[in-house]
Amino acid sequence: MRVVECSAITNTVKELCITSNYCLNDDILNALREGIDKEESETGKLVLENIIENSRIAKTEGMAMCQDTGMAVFFVEIGQDVHVTGGSLTEAINEGVRLGYKEGYLRNSVVRDPIERVNTGDNTPAVIHYDIVEGDRIRIVIAPKGFGSENMSALKMLKPSDGLEGVKKFVIETVDKAGPNPCPPIVVGVGIGGTMEKAAILAKKALIRPINIRSEIEYVRKLELELLETINKLGIGPAGLGGTVTALGVNVEVYPTHIAGLPVAVNISCHATRHAEAII
Amino acid sequence: MVIKIRYVINTPLEKDIICQLKSGDEVSINGIIYTARDAAHKRMVALINEGKDLPFNIKGQIIYYVGPCPAKPGKIIGSAGPTTSGRMDAYAPLLIEMGLAGMIGKGQRNKDVIDAIMKYKAVYFGAIGGAAALIANKIISEEIIAFPDLGTEAIRKLVVKDFPATVIIDHYGNNLYDIGREKFRRI
Repeated sequence: MRVVECSAITNTVKELCITSNYCLNDDILNALREGIDKEESETGKLVLENIIENSRIAKTEGMAMCQDTGMAVFFVEIGQDVHVTGGSLTEAINEGVRLGYKEGYLRNSVVRDPIERVNTGDNTPAVIHYDIVEGDRIRIVIAPKGFGSENMSALKMLKPSDGLEGVKKFVIETVDKAGPNPCPPIVVGVGIGGTMEKAAILAKKALIRPINIRSEIEYVRKLELELLETINKLGIGPAGLGGTVTALGVNVEVYPTHIAGLPVAVNISCHATRHAEAII
Repeated sequence: MVIKIRYVINTPLEKDIICQLKSGDEVSINGIIYTARDAAHKRMVALINEGKDLPFNIKGQIIYYVGPCPAKPGKIIGSAGPTTSGRMDAYAPLLIEMGLAGMIGKGQRNKDVIDAIMKYKAVYFGAIGGAAALIANKIISEEIIAFPDLGTEAIRKLVVKDFPATVIIDHYGNNLYDIGREKFRRI
C-alpha cells in the first residue's frame, strides 16, 4: 500500500488554488479568440477582446482573473491502494485552501452559516466530492466556482415522457432566464440522470471537461452541439449586451437513472471557468 | 449600425450629464466612486431607517457593486470586477431617493429600481463581469471608510481613472440588456 503524507496534499491544493485563479485554460482562451470572429456585434467583439486582455493581465501580473475567486470545489479520486497519513485528508485539503487563498491574495467568499452569514475569513470549508478508484494515486481537481453564475443554475425532475426535447427546453429556458447575470459568454454544464443530487454533481463535473472535447456518446455529442447552437441564437451576447456568442461550450454528462425519472441539472459557469488538476 | 459616442464623465454626477446619457453609450468614469455590496447595503438602509447619517454624502455619487480581492504588496487593490446587481435591488430605490446618482454592476435590475432611476434621474452602468484584473488597473486609490469588519464587503472610497463602463439603463428607462438581446435574437 502506497503512503501519502497529508502535507503533500496540502501543498498541492495550495498551488492548485492559485494556478486555477490566475491562469485561464487554453480551451477557454481559444474559444474566446474564435468568438471574436463569430461575434456579429461590434460591442460584443470589444467585450471579448477585453476578456482576453483581462486573462493576460491576470496571468502576467499574478492576480485573480475574477475577484470572485469562488467557493473551492474539489473532485478527488483516491486510489484504493493509497494510505493517507499524518492527519485527516479533508482537513489537509481545507488547509491547502486556507494557505492558497491567503498566499495568492484571493478573496474569502465563504460564510459559516447560510442564514447567519459571517465570513469564515479563510475561504474554507471547501466542497469536496470524493471517489474511490482503482490504483495507488490521488487525483485532485479544483474548480473554484463563482456565484454570479452558480446562482443562475437550476435543477428539474422531468418526467421520462418529456424525453430529449424536455431536456433541451429546460436547458435553453435556464440560460435564457439567466440573461446577462452569469457573465456571458458562459460555459454550460448539464447533468442528466441518476438521482437529484447525482444530476447536480454530473452537471458540475461536466464543467471540468475541456470545452473542445465532445462526449463519446453519439447522441450526447449531438446534443452538446445543438444546445450550443441554440443558446447562441438567444441574443444575450458577451457581457449580456447583445450578440451571437452567448456560450463558449456546452458539456453534457449522463448516468443511469430510475424507471420513473429524468433528473436534469444545469450548472452555468462564466467565461472564467476555472479548473486545474494534479496527480499525487 | 449606430455609432456610439464615448463620454468621459467625472464624479459626482451632475443631473444634466445623467440626462445626456443614453442606453448603449460607452463611458469612461473618473473620480471618486464608493463600493458596496449585499452586507453594506443592508447596513446603509438600516442607518437611513434609524434616521442616522450614511458613511458618506450620497448625493450625486456612484456606488460600484464590488467585493475586491486583497491587494498584493505594492498594489493598490486586488482584482475588482462587478458583482450581480440584482441582489442590491431591495435596497437601491431608497438610496436613489436619497440622492444616489449612479450604480455600476452587472445583470438585470427589477422594476422598482428602474422606476426609481426614471423618477429621480439616475443611471445604471454595466461593467464587464469577470474583467476584474483589467478594472483593478483603473483604480488609483483605495480607502476603507466604513464597516471594516465586513472585509471584502466593507465600504471603500475608490479613485478611478478611465474606468470603462456602458450605460445599461438610462433615465428614460431604456434597458440595453433587453434592446441588445432583441437585436440579435434568432429564436
